[in-house]
Amino acid sequence: MWMFWAAWLSSCLTVTVAVDRGNFKTCDQSAFCKRQRAMTPGQSPFRALLDTLELSDSRLTLQLINDNNKVRLLLELYRLQGNMTRVKINELKPLKPRYEVPDILVTDPPTEPLSVVSRDENGVVLSLGAEACRLIVSAQPFRLDIMEGPQVLLSLNSRGLLMFEHLRPRKDTWRYPSFTFLFFQAPDEENAKEDESGMWDETFKSHTDSKPNGPSSIGLDFSLPGVEHVYGIPEHADDLKLKTTDGGDPYRLYNLDVFQYELYNPMALYGAVPVLLSHSPQRTMGIFWLNAAETWVDISSNTAGKTVFGKMLDYVQGASETPQTDVRWMSESGIIDVFIMLGPKPADVFSQYASLTGTQSFPPLSALGYHQCRWNYNDQEDVRAVDAGLDEHDIPYDFIWLDIEHTDGKRYFTWDSSKFSQPREMLQGLMDKKRKMVAIVDPHIKVDSGYKIHNEIRAKDFYIKNKDGADYEGWCWPGSAGYPDFTRPDMRAWWASMFAYDQYEGSMENLYTWNDMNEPSVFNGPEVTMHKDAIHQGAWEHRDVHNLYGFYVQMATAEGLIQRSGGVERPFVLTRAFFAGSQRLGAVWTGDNAAEWGHLKISIPMCLSLGLVGISFCGADVGGFFKAPSTELLVRWYQTGAYQPFFRAHAHVDTPRREPWLFGPENTAVIREAIRQRYGLLPYWYQLFYHAHRTGQPIMRPLWVEYPEDAATFTMDDQFLLGRDLLVHPVTEEGARGVTAYLPGRGEVWYDIHTFQKHNGAQNLYIPVTISSIPVFQRGGSIIPRKLRIRRSTSCMENDPYTLFVALSPQRTAVGELYIDDGHTFAYKENKFIHRQLTFANNTLISRFVDLIFSFLLSSPCV
Amino acid sequence: MMFRLQVFLIVSLGAALGAAVEVQRPRGVPLEKRHFYDESRPFTCLDGSRTIPFDRVNDDYCDCKDGSDEPGTAACPNGSFHCTNAGFRATFIPSSRINDGVCDCCDTTDEYNSGVSCQNTCRELGQKERETLEKMAEITREGFLLKRQLIEEAKQGLQEKQGKLSELQASRKEHEEKVDALRTVKETAEQPEREAKERHLKAWEAQKAALQLEKEKAKMAEVFLELDGDADGLVSVSELQTHQELDPDGDGALTDTEAQGLLSGADKVDSAGFQNVWSNIKDKYVSESQPAPPPPQEPQDSEVDQDKDSSKDSDKDADQAYPEDDAGDEEDDEEEDDDDDVPEEYDDKAPPAGPPAEHSDDSDGAMPSYDEETQALIDAAQKARDEFDSAEKSLREVDDQIKSLEKEISFDFGPSAEFAYLYSQCYELTTNEYIYRLCPFNRVSQKPKYGGSETNLGSWGSWNGPEGSKYSIMKYDHGTGCWQGPNRSTTVKLTCGKETAVLSTSEPSRCEYLMEFSTPAICQEPPSLETVAPETDPHDEF
Repeated sequence: MWMFWAAWLSSCLTVTVAVDRGNFKTCDQSAFCKRQRAMTPGQSPFRALLDTLELSDSRLTLQLINDNNKVRLLLELYRLQGNMTRVKINELKPLKPRYEVPDILVTDPPTEPLSVVSRDENGVVLSLGAEACRLIVSAQPFRLDIMEGPQVLLSLNSRGLLMFEHLRPRKDTWRYPSFTFLFFQAPDEENAKEDESGMWDETFKSHTDSKPNGPSSIGLDFSLPGVEHVYGIPEHADDLKLKTTDGGDPYRLYNLDVFQYELYNPMALYGAVPVLLSHSPQRTMGIFWLNAAETWVDISSNTAGKTVFGKMLDYVQGASETPQTDVRWMSESGIIDVFIMLGPKPADVFSQYASLTGTQSFPPLSALGYHQCRWNYNDQEDVRAVDAGLDEHDIPYDFIWLDIEHTDGKRYFTWDSSKFSQPREMLQGLMDKKRKMVAIVDPHIKVDSGYKIHNEIRAKDFYIKNKDGADYEGWCWPGSAGYPDFTRPDMRAWWASMFAYDQYEGSMENLYTWNDMNEPSVFNGPEVTMHKDAIHQGAWEHRDVHNLYGFYVQMATAEGLIQRSGGVERPFVLTRAFFAGSQRLGAVWTGDNAAEWGHLKISIPMCLSLGLVGISFCGADVGGFFKAPSTELLVRWYQTGAYQPFFRAHAHVDTPRREPWLFGPENTAVIREAIRQRYGLLPYWYQLFYHAHRTGQPIMRPLWVEYPEDAATFTMDDQFLLGRDLLVHPVTEEGARGVTAYLPGRGEVWYDIHTFQKHNGAQNLYIPVTISSIPVFQRGGSIIPRKLRIRRSTSCMENDPYTLFVALSPQRTAVGELYIDDGHTFAYKENKFIHRQLTFANNTLISRFVDLIFSFLLSSPCV
Repeated sequence: MMFRLQVFLIVSLGAALGAAVEVQRPRGVPLEKRHFYDESRPFTCLDGSRTIPFDRVNDDYCDCKDGSDEPGTAACPNGSFHCTNAGFRATFIPSSRINDGVCDCCDTTDEYNSGVSCQNTCRELGQKERETLEKMAEITREGFLLKRQLIEEAKQGLQEKQGKLSELQASRKEHEEKVDALRTVKETAEQPEREAKERHLKAWEAQKAALQLEKEKAKMAEVFLELDGDADGLVSVSELQTHQELDPDGDGALTDTEAQGLLSGADKVDSAGFQNVWSNIKDKYVSESQPAPPPPQEPQDSEVDQDKDSSKDSDKDADQAYPEDDAGDEEDDEEEDDDDDVPEEYDDKAPPAGPPAEHSDDSDGAMPSYDEETQALIDAAQKARDEFDSAEKSLREVDDQIKSLEKEISFDFGPSAEFAYLYSQCYELTTNEYIYRLCPFNRVSQKPKYGGSETNLGSWGSWNGPEGSKYSIMKYDHGTGCWQGPNRSTTVKLTCGKETAVLSTSEPSRCEYLMEFSTPAICQEPPSLETVAPETDPHDEF
C-alpha cells in the first residue's frame, strides 16, 4: 500500500521527501546500536561466578559479573528436547522487570536433563546428551562453547561482545533523597560512560524519544567455526546468503513501512524474524534470538579463535585456516533469550524451530489459487466486470481483493455507501461462482466519535497510550488515528469478535481479511512508525514490543475468522508485518515492491529466506506494486508468481489497469497458461502445505536444503525447489533467450514437466526460452499429483480426478503422496482426509495409507 | 521415463450412462453435429486424428486432441459444451464449466451431476431479451429518425455556413479595401503631425539648452570668485590647491604639477581662461559654501549609477539609506536560501534607493503645451488613426469568423455530418462528488460539486473507434497532468439513444476516464421491420 503521506509531509513539515534512506536510521543514528558497536572484540569483562552454579534437572543457573561495574547477571541454560540449547541472560536484580517476549513460543519448550561432566575453577563441562555433545562454560572471561566430539559447533561471547546495559536511575533524579537504590553503585568508569548521548533521550529528525528508562540494550556474539554460509533474519531485500556487514550497517530487524524500498541492502522492512541459519556441508544449525525490540545483526567472516580456549578446547587446531562466521546480535531492550538449534540436517533445524514457534497454518485450498487484487477495484460494478472479464478469458481465480477505498472513509469494517452499497449482493454473486473476496482491515482506527469501532475501543480503553498517558494518536490513511493495543489479550478477543457476521456488516463466509500497515505504520511518526515511548498494557514501552505488533494484529484477525464460523472454517489472513511465529497465522507478502526486473528477481530470495524461518506462505505482488510493468515483465512475473506460494497480482492506484487480458490476445494466452499451470499443480501445492503444517518443512526451498553437501547450491537464489520434487528456474531477465538452470544430484535425473524430456543431475543445463517458457523440472523418482481439468476456481475443481505424474528414477522407481481433504475446514484435525503413500516399482503402482486412522466422507481412490 | 496416470476419485461414471437417457444425441452436441455421433459406428474425432469405439464418447476421459469425443463432460481441456437453452439463445460454454457447481446454461444442462440445483431460467431470459431487443429496436428506430433529421439539419447548417463563409469572404475584401484606404489617410495625416511635433520639441530643447548654459556660466563665475582667494582676477596654482578634491590621480594630494596641469600648463588664469579649467574640474569641485557633499546632487548621481551599472552599487546605496532594515533582510534571505521562489519576493520588497529618477528629470520643467496649430494637426491625425484602427479591428473580426467557420466546416462530424449538432454544445452529469461536463469536439471537465476548481479531463483528440465503427468512440486527451502519472484523458463511448446526454462516467484507471454518451446520431438504420427471433438465431456457430 503506497502512501500519500510523502506529499502531506512535505507540505506540513517542509521536508523534501523523495523517500530515501534518510528517513530511516543507520546504526550510527540509533544510539544503542552505536554504543553496542563501539564495543570491539576483546577480553570480555564478564566472569562466571562458578560458586553460584545451581543445577536442577532441567536447567542450570549461574551468575555472571561484569568486572567493570560489578553488575551481576543471571545466566540460565536449558537443554531442550530435539537437540536444542536455550541460553537466557537477564539482570540478576533489575531495577524493574525487563520485557520477556510472550505468545511466540507455542509451549514452554520441554527440557531434557543436563548433567555436569566435569568441573574446575576454569569452568564447567555439561553433557547435552549423546554423541559427545558438550556445553562448556568458561569462567574468565565468560564464554560458552557447544562441542560435538572435538569439533566446536558454536561459541557464545568468544569475541567478548556480551553487553548488557543494566537499568539505572536517571542521574538528574539522583539528587532526590527519597530515592535509594540497593544495587551496586557504578564506579567512575560507568559514570564516564553515562555521559554518552542518546541514553536518556534520542532525537531523530524531528522526533524525540524520551527514554524514561534509560539505556537497556543487550548484545551478544556467536562464533560459528567452519561456517561460511548463513541465511535468514528476514525481512530484507537482499540475496539469500547473508553478506558480511563489516564497513556497512548491520542487518536491521525493525518492522517499518518503507516507501519504495531499495534492493540489496540490510535496511529493515515490514517484518522481522530473528532467526539465523548457518550451513556447511557437515552441519546446519540455527540461532533464534527471541527479542521483539529493535535489533541489529552484524555478520563477519574471519578466521577463528583469537581468544584463549579452556583446556578442553586445547586440541582444537590453531584454526587460522578454518573458515568462521561471527554473528553479533544487538537489541534495544528486553533480555537475552536465545535458542540454539543444533540440527544437524536442514530438516532437523526446521523441525526444531517448528517445535518452538509452530508450523505454517494450513490455509484453505482456495487461498493457494490465484488472487486478483488492485488498489482499488472502484465499486461493485468494477468487481463484477473484473470477475466477468476473467471468465470471458477463461482465467481461473479464487479471490478478488478490495483495498482501502472500499471503506467508508477508511473506517475499517465499513463499506463506502455509494460504491459498495450492497456488499452482500456482491459477495453472493462471487459465491455463486464459487469465488471469494478479501477486504482490507488495517489496525489504525479513525478517531471519529461517529465510528462504532473507535467508540468501543475508546470506551474499553484499548488504545495504546502516549508517554503522557493520553490515547496515542498518529496520522494514517483516515487522518488522525488511534492504535489498539493488540498486545492485550482482552483487546484481541474483542477485535476477533468484530468479525462476527452480525458485527461486521455486509460480511459473509466468503469474505476474508487482509491486515496491512501493521508495523504499525504511522505517517507522522519517527521512521514512519510508532514512538518508542508509547505505552502498552503492563506499562511496557512500545520499544519493547514493537516487532510483535503486526503478529498480534494478524493473530486477533485470524482468531476472528475462526470464531465467526464457530471454529469450523480455516481462516485466511494476509499480513505485511510479521515476527517469529507469524507462520501460524496466515500468509505474508513482501510489501510495496515495484514493477522492475530487479524486484521480480528479489522475490525469490525474499520468499526463500522467509521459508527458512518457518514462514512458507509468502509471495510478492505480481507485476510490482509501484509503477507500470512492461508487458514482458508482467508476463514473466505471472510465470514466476504461479510457482511461488502466495500468488497475488496487485497494483498501485496510480498505475494503469493491468488485468491479465489487457495486453493483447497473445499475452493473455501466456498469462492464462501460467495461471492454469498453477491450478493444475494445486494438489501438489496443497500437499506441500499440509506437510509444512505438520512438520515445519519449508515449501519453497533453496537447493541446499535438499542437497546440503553440494556447495554449488549454497548461494543459489535464482532457482528453487517446491518441496523436494519440483525445481523451478523462472525467467527473470528482460529479453532472455535462455536460462541456465542447475539440476542437482549426481546420479539423479530430472524431467522437464512440459516436454517430459529427461536430463541428468549435477549439471548446468542451458534451456532456450520463449515468452511462454517456465522452466520447471520434476525429480526422477517422484510422483506428483495434478488436476488437469482447470476450472474457474479451486472449489469448482473439487470433485475432479487427479492425474499422477510418475517420474521414474534411473532405478525405475518413484514415490509420492496424495493428500485430499475437504479443502477448507479443520476436519482434517479429526483425521478426515485421505493421505496415500504412492510407490512405483516393478511397473506397479502401490498406494498405502499414510495415516492409520482413515475416514473421509467421499469415496476411496481407485488406482 | 515419465508418464501420467489418471485417478478417478469421485468421478461419476454414471455420467456416460446418464447421457444415454437423452436419446437423440450425446450430451453437449449441437443439433447440426448430431450426424457425427452415430451410436452404431466407431467415433472419429472431428479433426480426423483418431477413431475410437463409440462407448468412449462422453466416458469422461479425453481421447481426441480436439476434445470432440467429450462434448458432454469436462474431460477435455479444449472442449465445448452446447446448451440448447430452449426459450432463449443456444450457446456454447467451455467444457470446464460442466458440473463445476456453477449454473451456466439457463436450461441447467451443464450441471447434471454436480449436486447443485439450477433453475431453468431460459424462458424468463428469453422474454427479457426479447423485451430488451424490442426496446432497443424502438430506440434505434426512433433514434434513426432523429438521426436523419440531424443529417438534414447538418446539411442545411453546412449550406448556411458555407453561404455565410462566402458572404464573409466577399465582405472581407471590402473591409480590406477600407483598411487600405484609411491607412493612407492616416499616414497622410501623421506626416504633418510628426513635423509639427518635432518643431515644437526642438524649440523647447533649444530653450532648455540656453537656460542650462546660462546656469553653467553663472556657476563658473561663482566658482572663479570663490577660487580667486586674493581677488586678483586670476586663479593661481596655489588657489586651486585649496581644493584637494580636484586631485586627478586620486592619491589624495593635489601637487603643483597636477594643479598646473589643470590650469592647462599656466600658473594662473583669468576668468576667460578659466572656462577651459572649469570643464576639467567641474565634476569634482566642491563648493566651499557647502562643505558637506552637496545633497541635491548626490542622490541624483546614484540614481544614474543604478540605472547604468550593476545592482551592486544600488544595493550599497540601499544599505546606506536603510541601515536598520539591512540585518532583517539578510536573515530572511538566508533562511529561505534553499527555496527558489521566496527570496525574489523579498527582493521585490526591498526598498528603492531614493526618490524615483524621473521626477528629478522633470523637475527642470515640463514641455509647454502645443500651440493651436500643432494641436489641430494632432487631433486630425488621431481621428485618422482611430478610424483606421476600428476598420482593422472589423477586418480581424471577419477573419476570425472565417477561420472558425472554416474550422467547423472542415470538422469530421461523421459520414453524414450527423454529429455536427453537438458542436459548441455542452452536456453535464452530476454524480455524488462531481459535475462532469462534456463539450463535444472541445473538452471534458470535472468540477467538485461542493466548490473547488475545475479539472480538465482532456481536450478533443480524435474519433477513436475500432475499424468499421470509428465514430463510436471519442477520445479527449492532454488534460491536466496527474501527480506522478499521465495527463488525464477521457474516452467517450457513444450509444444509440433518443436523448443526447451523458449517461455515466467512471475512472477505470487512474486519470483515464470513461464516459457513456447517448445520442441519436450513432443509431444505425434498423435492418427491417421484423426483429430477430432469438430462438432461431443460428449465430455463434464456429
